[in-house]
Amino acid sequence: MIFTLALQLSHFSAATLFAFFFSIVFGITQRNTPNEMVRYGAYCFAMALGGLFVAGWFMWLLHH
Amino acid sequence: MAKTETTTPDTQSSTAAVPFTAVAALAPAIGWLIPGAGHLMQRRWIRGLLLMAAVAGMFAFGVAMQGKVYQANTGDLLDILGFIGDLGSGAFYFMARIFEWGGTSITSANADYGTKFIVVAGLLNIMAAVDAYHIAIGKKE
Repeated sequence: MIFTLALQLSHFSAATLFAFFFSIVFGITQRNTPNEMVRYGAYCFAMALGGLFVAGWFMWLLHH
Repeated sequence: MAKTETTTPDTQSSTAAVPFTAVAALAPAIGWLIPGAGHLMQRRWIRGLLLMAAVAGMFAFGVAMQGKVYQANTGDLLDILGFIGDLGSGAFYFMARIFEWGGTSITSANADYGTKFIVVAGLLNIMAAVDAYHIAIGKKE
């Protein structure tokens, strides 16, 4: 195997990176003007992070 | 009260048939093979570079987390679906297979995240290729 780097990320870091990348693509592909693209990309990123926090606290409540 | 539909000149022009050009055929194909290139060839420089960076970044993080790169002929239905998703990354997938990037099995939580990153990078690239096609046929600016 040539590529031997084994990056270790927490679930939160991985989900944040995931949200960052898909928000860029969603912003560009789902809207027509540059201004709308930036706003929709930011909206997607905010909703993903918000959902992450909500899901995290929900699981904490289930656990306790 | 029933809502009446009116047809404006704008809606008429957007639904009218558009000629299928060479660019309309090439843009999604090149966009699939090289993420973002479908936009770059139509002079959407910033969009093309951002799409390229997003798909490449997601794929690279997936590989770095030792995500599994699926193969075509395992016979497992879920593996076939994973392969279709991975294949969406175009050249990145072929490079991963040639240079044996990523893992061959999912052995940790991070490898599982990485596997999803690689599959979703391919799916996002398909969205980008479809967007390039929409630009080529004039459906989008």
